[in-house]
Amino acid sequence: MAAVHGDAHGHGHDDHHPSGIMRWVRTTNHKDIGTMYLWFSFTMFLVGGFLAMGIRAELYQPGIQILEPELFNQFTTLHGLIMVFGAIMPAFVGFANWQVPLMIGAPDMAFARMNNWSFWLLPVAGTLLVSSFFVPGGAAAGGWTFYPPLSTQGGLGVDLMIFSVHILGASSIMGSINIITTILNMRAPGMTLMKMPMFVWTWLITAYLLVLVMPVLAGVVTMLLTDRHFGTSFFNAAGGGDPVMFQHIFWFFGHPEVYIMILPAFGIVSEIIPTFSRKPLFGYSSMVYATASIAILSCVVWAHHMFTAGMPTVGQLFFMYATMLIAVPTGVKVFNWTATMWRGSMSFETPMLFAIGFIFLFVIGGFSGVICAIVPIDIQVQDTYYVIAHFHYVLVSGALFSLFAGVYYWLPKWTGHMYSETLGKWHFWLSMFFFNLTFFVQHFLGLAGMPRRIPDYNIQFADFNMISSIGAFGFGLTQLLFLYIVINCIRGGEKAPQMPWDGATTLEWTHLPSPAPYHSFETPPIVK
Amino acid sequence: MRSKSVVTLSGISALALYSSMAVGSKYNFPEPQSVIARDIYDQHILLMWICLAIFVAVFGVMFYSILKHRKSLGYKAANFHHSTAVEFIWTIIPCIILIAMAYPATKTVIAMKDTSSPDMTIKATGYQWMWGYDYLQGEGEGISFYSKLSTPRAQVENKAPKGENYLLEVDNRVVVPVGKKVRVILTANDVIHAWWVPALGSKQDAVPGFIRDTWFTADKPGVYRGQCAELCGKDHGFMPIVVEVMEAGEYSKWVAAQLNASAVKTSMHVENK
Repeated sequence: MAAVHGDAHGHGHDDHHPSGIMRWVRTTNHKDIGTMYLWFSFTMFLVGGFLAMGIRAELYQPGIQILEPELFNQFTTLHGLIMVFGAIMPAFVGFANWQVPLMIGAPDMAFARMNNWSFWLLPVAGTLLVSSFFVPGGAAAGGWTFYPPLSTQGGLGVDLMIFSVHILGASSIMGSINIITTILNMRAPGMTLMKMPMFVWTWLITAYLLVLVMPVLAGVVTMLLTDRHFGTSFFNAAGGGDPVMFQHIFWFFGHPEVYIMILPAFGIVSEIIPTFSRKPLFGYSSMVYATASIAILSCVVWAHHMFTAGMPTVGQLFFMYATMLIAVPTGVKVFNWTATMWRGSMSFETPMLFAIGFIFLFVIGGFSGVICAIVPIDIQVQDTYYVIAHFHYVLVSGALFSLFAGVYYWLPKWTGHMYSETLGKWHFWLSMFFFNLTFFVQHFLGLAGMPRRIPDYNIQFADFNMISSIGAFGFGLTQLLFLYIVINCIRGGEKAPQMPWDGATTLEWTHLPSPAPYHSFETPPIVK
Repeated sequence: MRSKSVVTLSGISALALYSSMAVGSKYNFPEPQSVIARDIYDQHILLMWICLAIFVAVFGVMFYSILKHRKSLGYKAANFHHSTAVEFIWTIIPCIILIAMAYPATKTVIAMKDTSSPDMTIKATGYQWMWGYDYLQGEGEGISFYSKLSTPRAQVENKAPKGENYLLEVDNRVVVPVGKKVRVILTANDVIHAWWVPALGSKQDAVPGFIRDTWFTADKPGVYRGQCAELCGKDHGFMPIVVEVMEAGEYSKWVAAQLNASAVKTSMHVENK
C-alpha cells in the first residue's frame, strides 16, 4: 500500500518529511532552514540584549555597583560578538534562505544539504561563545575587536571565542557560496540580472563580500591562536611582530563586515518602500550600481578605524578621502528612496513604518559616519561614546529595524496569518522612542569626553548615562512585545490573502498563496 | 490624526530639549585649549551645520511627501521610476560638499602630524594601569615619574561621596609650560593604551614595542584632564591623564623642585652604598 501511495503522489510532489525534532535536524528545505536561522538569531539577540542590559545597569550610576570591571569587559566583548555574529548576520542569512528562492522563482537553494550543515554549525558556535562565561578566567574581555596583546593575555575564554569565530566563519562562507550559486544559476526564465528584485541584488553583492573577507578573519584569529599557544610572534613586538598588523588584518575583514550587515538591509527597505508607496523603485539601476560601489569602496577604507593607531599623513588622508566617498553612493540610495515615496500613494503599515524609521535614523548614523571619517574630528571621538552612538544608529536602527520591517512584511507569506497591526505599530513607536532615548544622548557623552568600554565614569557624565540606561531597559522590554506578536501570528490570526499589500510586485506575492507551500516553484514561473 | 500630532509634538520637543542641552554646555567638545583642538572644534561645528542643512532638505521633502502623498487622502500614485539628469545632479552635489569638507580637514591633518622642532619632548609609557613620564629634552630634561589614579577606592565602591574630579585625578600631574610646543612620544609596556587629553586635541595610541608621537601647544595655564582611550584590561577606566599647564616662571620653579628632589634621592642612594 505504501508503495502505491508513494507512486500515486509521485516523489517530486511528496510533502512527506520527518516530523518532530528530526524534521528540523534533517531538513534540507530552504523555508525550514530560514526559519531556524531566524529563531537562532532571535535567541542570540535576546542573549546579547541581556548582556546589554547588564552593561547599562552598571552604567546607570557612577561607581561600581553590579559588574566588577573584569566581568563588565566580558559583557561588552560578548555583547558585541553575539550581536554581530550571532544575531544580525544569521538573521540576514535567514531572510536570504526564505526569500531568495521565492523571489527568483527557484524551488530551493542550490546546495540543500550544505544549507543544513551551515545552519547547524551556528548553535555549536553560539554555545561555545555563551559557555565561555563559565570557564576559568571567564569569557574573552578584550572587546569584540580583540586586539592583541590584550587578547593574548586572556584565558580559555579567548580560545573558545577563536574557535567559535572559526565555526561561524565556515558557516558564513558556505551560506554565501550557496546564495551566490542559487542566484546565478536558478533564476526563473526571463529574470535577467537587471530584473532581479533589489533584495536579491544586495544579497548577491553581500555574499561576494563575505566570501572575500571571512577567510581573512579566519586567518587573523588563527594567527592570534598560534601567538597564544604555539610560540609565534605575529603580533608580539618582542618577537619581531607588530600589534598594529592585527588591526590592519582585522579591519580588512571588519569594515566590509559593516556593509555585510547593512547591504541586505538596503535590499529589504528597497522592497518595502515601493510596495507601500504603490510606485516602482526609483532609479533601479543606479541602486544596483550604488550597492556595488559601496561594496568595492568598503574594501579600501579599513584603516579609518585606526586613525589614532599611528599612520603616515598620506595614509590618514587616503583613508579619509576613501571613507568620505562612501557617502556618495549611500546618498544616492537615500535620494532614490525619497524619490520613490514622492508622489506615491503611501500607506503606513508596520513594515513601512520601520522602513521609514530605518531611513530617518540610518541617515543620522550616516552623518555621524561622515563626521567620524574626518581625521581631526575622529582623533577626538575615536573610542568614545560618540562612536558607540554612531554604530548603534547604523546597526540597530539600521540593520535591526530593517529586519523588523522585513519580518512584518513577509510574515503573512511565511505563516499565512496577518500579524496584529495595532501591536506592530506599538512595537515600532516604542522602539523608536526608546532607541533614541538610549543612543542619541551618547553622542553628547562622547563629545564631552567619555571613553567607551569603561565600567565607571566621572560624575559630569551621570545624567546622560542614566537617561541612556532607562532608554535601554525600555528598548529591551519592547523587543519582548515583538516576540509576542510573532508567536501570535504563527499560532493564528486573520488569514492572510495571497497579496496582502497592494503594491507588491515580486514573485512570492504574485505567484504563491499564503502561506507559501512547503515546496514552491517546482515548475519555474516565466518572468516577462 | 490627533494621536499622530501628539507623537510628532513630543518627538519635536524631545529633540529641542536635547539640542538646548547641547548648545553651549559641557555636552559639546570641551573648550579648546590648543590650536589643533580649536581647528577640530570649528570643523565639527561647520560639519554639524552642513549635516543639518542636508537633513532639513532631505527630510523636508520626505515628510512633505509622507503628509501629502497618502493613500488615505486619496492621492493617486505617479509612475515615474528614473531620471538620469536628477540622478546625475544628486551624485555631483554630494561630491562638491565632500570636497568642501575635506579641504580644511586636510590642512589640520598635516598640521597635527607635524611633530618637528618641539620646544620640549616628553615620553609617556602606558602600563596596566598607570602612566609613566620621562622628560627627554628641553627644560625639565631628566625628570621622571609615574602617574596613578588618586581617587580613593572607597569612592569607587560608593562608600564615600564622589568628588568633582572623580576618576580624573592623579598623584603626579604632567606639568608643561604654556605656549611651548610639547612633543609627546608614546609607547607601552604591556598592551596598547591611548593617551588622550580632549581639551588639547591630542589622542595617540601607545603601542608596546613601538614609538608613536603627537604634539600640543597649550594656549592657557590650567589643568586639563583625559583618560586612556584604548581598552587595556580590567582597570582601563581607571588610568586618567592630567596635564597641568604653567606660566614659564612657575614651570621653572617646578622643574627645579623636581630635579632637586630626585638629586636628593640619588645622593641618598649613593650614600647608602
